[in-house]
Amino acid sequence: MAIEPTPKPYRPRIPARLAYPLHAVLATNRVYRWLAAFVERQPRLYRWFTAGERITKERLFGCRMCGQCALPATGYACPMTCPKQLRNGPCGGVSADGSCEVDRTLRCVWLTAWDRAESASRGADLDLLQRPVDHRQWTRSSWLNYWQGRDEGLAITFSDADPYPPMRVR
Amino acid sequence: MSGEGGLRAALASDRVVVTAEIGPPRDADPEVITRKAAALRGWVDAANVTDNQGANVRMSSLAGSVLVRRAGVDAVMQLTCRDRNRIALQSDLIGAAALGVRNVLLLTGDHPALGDHPDAKPVFDLDGVQLVWTARTLRDEGKLLSGKALATRPSWLIGSVENPFAPPAALRARRLAKKVAAGAEFVQTQYVFDVDAFAQWVRRLREEGVTERCAVIAGVGPIRSLRMLSFLTGEVPGVHVPPELERRLRGVPAHRVEAEGLAACVETIQTLVEIPGVRGVHLMVFGHDDEVPDIVRRAGISRKGDSDVD
Repeated sequence: MAIEPTPKPYRPRIPARLAYPLHAVLATNRVYRWLAAFVERQPRLYRWFTAGERITKERLFGCRMCGQCALPATGYACPMTCPKQLRNGPCGGVSADGSCEVDRTLRCVWLTAWDRAESASRGADLDLLQRPVDHRQWTRSSWLNYWQGRDEGLAITFSDADPYPPMRVR
Repeated sequence: MSGEGGLRAALASDRVVVTAEIGPPRDADPEVITRKAAALRGWVDAANVTDNQGANVRMSSLAGSVLVRRAGVDAVMQLTCRDRNRIALQSDLIGAAALGVRNVLLLTGDHPALGDHPDAKPVFDLDGVQLVWTARTLRDEGKLLSGKALATRPSWLIGSVENPFAPPAALRARRLAKKVAAGAEFVQTQYVFDVDAFAQWVRRLREEGVTERCAVIAGVGPIRSLRMLSFLTGEVPGVHVPPELERRLRGVPAHRVEAEGLAACVETIQTLVEIPGVRGVHLMVFGHDDEVPDIVRRAGISRKGDSDVD
């Protein structure tokens, strides 16, 4: 796995209509929570599990192992493959043909995210406020983090009733 | 250097707000900024000081903002996520408040690959939305991202940017809504040449209730030459020059292009300020700061003609 300073927009290898049901299979529950806690207690098991996650998600989504997965809220197009690693939507430099300002041969990953989310009627996911990434989680398993509830508050909604939601700080 | 006036007071009034842009120099000469600010004094409500614009090294926007304020113009300090992690960003925001900078404009920033140090490490620890959110947390909650409390809170006005013309068009109004939820109280836009597309974007903002919470300031500027026209259409990401304007500029003799571009700019301003939901214009005249009074006068935007910072 390479944590290169300027990643390249990645086109997911599975269609959005498969990715959403796949997530439903992995959705957190008591069994997964117990399993995650068990795996974390065994360093060797943790390494194997994380390697498996990395191989799978690297192929499918260009995963860079940030450890706090945003995929379910981005139409399963990874925002960490944006050269600016934007978590909250596309920058203003997307050109009229939809290409990335850093590499004109590649399509903006946020445009891919928008199309995929919209195709699954999940466009509203892109309205979520994504809080800053915890850089200590790089190379950690995002699945184990997710199952143990560490992703709570990673993305939050705003509405007319709550127009200025507070950021959860430590 | 206290007192009334400046961008906050202008936004609270009912007149058309005017801001302009000052690009700091590549050297340590403070006179350049002082001269630019002096040319704008009395004609704008505030001047933006860019943060290493286009990822090219310049005097820091914090130093530039202080110089602009000393010259009697309210400053909008631009701050990007490109070169600083969250520690440096929060530190510069606090420092700006301590030095009397009353407005900050927070953005993601251009990628270093596009600037004069393509070998630099791109930081992007936070994105533009998260930086706005961080600033609101500092000011309104009085907390750092670490949770540590600030005894004296900053009080700047928080702004951001948006490009209404970049795809996906359907997402651009909602993206600003998100920045407003994060804390943006005003927004300055990319160059507006395509007034119809811009008006549509503002209409969507009004439907989403965004214009009630955030002042929309439209970016404008004259096209001075056919070279600048090709540059804007070809190399600047997300700028759209409609074919009618292109034909108009190409249809006059070479020595008339600049005057025609200025006339078109003045007409654009006059149209923009009539759009419901538009609070003002942000003038981008790159190096022709002495032209700002002329543009403002010709556009018929009433000014006091005196300084906005005491």
